[in-house]
Amino acid sequence: MFLQTVLMALREIRRNTLRSVLTMLGVVIGVGAVIALVSVGRGATQKVTADIGKLGKNLLMVSAGARVKGGASSAAQSLNMADMQAIAREISGVHAVAPGSSSQQQVIYGNKNASTSITGTDNNFFEVRGYAIEKGRQFTEAEAQSGVPVCVIGATVKTELFATTDPLGAQVRVGKISCQIIGTLVSKGTAGMGQDQDDLMLMPLATFQRRITGNNDISLILVSAEEGLDTSIVAESIRALLRQRRHRPVGSDDDFNVRDMAEIADTVTSTTTALTALLGAIAAVSLLVGGIGIMNIMLVSVTERTREIGIRLAIGAFAGEVMMQFLLEAIVLSTLGGIIGVVLGLIGSFFAARALSLPFVIPPEIVGLAFAFSALVGVLFGYLPARKAAQLNPIEALRHE
Amino acid sequence: MSAPSVQTANGEAIIELRGVKKVYGEGESEVRALAGIDFDIARGDFVAIMGTSGSGKSTCMNILGCLDVPTAGSYRLAGVTTTDLHGDGLTLLRRHYIGFVFQGFNLLSRTSALENVELPLVYRRVAARERRTAALRSLELVGLSDRADHTPQELSGGQQQRVAIARALVTDPELLLADEPTGNLDSARTQEIMNLLVDLNRKRGITIVMVTHEPDVAAYANRVVVFRDGLIVEDSRPGRAH
Repeated sequence: MFLQTVLMALREIRRNTLRSVLTMLGVVIGVGAVIALVSVGRGATQKVTADIGKLGKNLLMVSAGARVKGGASSAAQSLNMADMQAIAREISGVHAVAPGSSSQQQVIYGNKNASTSITGTDNNFFEVRGYAIEKGRQFTEAEAQSGVPVCVIGATVKTELFATTDPLGAQVRVGKISCQIIGTLVSKGTAGMGQDQDDLMLMPLATFQRRITGNNDISLILVSAEEGLDTSIVAESIRALLRQRRHRPVGSDDDFNVRDMAEIADTVTSTTTALTALLGAIAAVSLLVGGIGIMNIMLVSVTERTREIGIRLAIGAFAGEVMMQFLLEAIVLSTLGGIIGVVLGLIGSFFAARALSLPFVIPPEIVGLAFAFSALVGVLFGYLPARKAAQLNPIEALRHE
Repeated sequence: MSAPSVQTANGEAIIELRGVKKVYGEGESEVRALAGIDFDIARGDFVAIMGTSGSGKSTCMNILGCLDVPTAGSYRLAGVTTTDLHGDGLTLLRRHYIGFVFQGFNLLSRTSALENVELPLVYRRVAARERRTAALRSLELVGLSDRADHTPQELSGGQQQRVAIARALVTDPELLLADEPTGNLDSARTQEIMNLLVDLNRKRGITIVMVTHEPDVAAYANRVVVFRDGLIVEDSRPGRAH
């Protein structure tokens, strides 16, 4: 009998195809929107987290200048080699330290040129930032000390200047100096916020200071904390050390900035997660509206089919059977809408993920939840019209025009 | 005429009404639709109920069809005292004993004749294949085997009423209740439907109770009962005119 009633409901739905489709549309859009938004949101969270991770594991970045509103740094005493050595020597839990002074420069090779970020650093940079040599070599001790013009280039620079030819040994012009390429880096791809991590050129710090900036400042100290340590503790120790070295009076603000990548990653992740939840909640409201749409149509349908209900009751249907028929119609409509919504939502998020170059994530519990909720919508909003149908008096129902 | 012999084929009454009253509303606005009637119908009889509108004939039909219950008095259908029953109990009586034919045909629209005829069997939980066989047999009985796949919209009024009769017959009911079965039909169709009913009554021994206000139609019945103001004022057995 149950199967019979389901078949009857399906037949009724097919009989009014246009109306059924319109009724389902609310649920389809609701479920589809919840799934697409949550899926894209999860993908974005995953991508951002992965990208921040790509910057380097347990990375801390120390720069001069206080952190002020808007993120800009105010002018302050700069960092130098001694600060860096002090961090390496005195802070426990520091795995490696590398200088990272950089400046945007035009690099010219033959008739091609590229604008890239020139970073003066040492061999620790590879370890701290997680770069590997693709071809060639790192700097030698002698090169690091003497400040000869040699450099290692990132994949983007290599592509722009050399296309397919071998860059090793080539001389490129950087500002006023000529620099020999001794190595190329393995591509790391894009980091968070769309930053190209392969668009860079490395040279020994001494070379950079002497030939490019002309001073002994270090604009950025990169610190990698030991694996498994809480980076915030390491960051705090660095702060204390630098305050002492820079003679900051008690109670004054820092005139430098220690940025903890793990902390940034957490902040970004919690932001995107909250955003995903918000979008999901908005979509859930549309699912609710879809449910009310079903109730609306079912109520109209009961009125419209009053005679039919009268006939069914007269020829021997129990009130309960009529109620079950209408309830099942609502449930079939809403679950069918739910299934279509799940499929469309996943298809939509698949293409959205591709368009936004995000990973495609299927959130299984959200798919289950959205589907279960759509069925529940059918029960909840189908009940009232179904009860109304079952309570009709057959005599009056038959007289209804 | 063989009619009286069919009427008293086994002498047993299928319908027994005793002191049945039906009152609508209360106090000032009280309407006595049935003022207390005693009325038996023998198994195999063909009874026409006549009367003006408001005479109580429709109320009586509703009670006979277990669609309504009397305010007072008792009604026994095939030996079952219906006045003890409620809701689903009355539904079961309708499901197993009664076939309905209405003035407005009352077929499900956009549903084939076959499916319409199958409907009562669905509620009797008959398996799909048997349902189809029985429905086709029933359609054949009313001469519409070739219209099984047509929807009511594709059928004439007379054909629709024959589908409705096929639907009423498909369960092999003991009692066929027809409420103005020819009210929406022209005289040629009326004759066609009435001949069919007479045939069913004679050949299959189905008890038929029919409400009509046309003497011509009532004349097909074996027994004519006239209602006025909630009472039976005339109960006769005229010779069959047709």
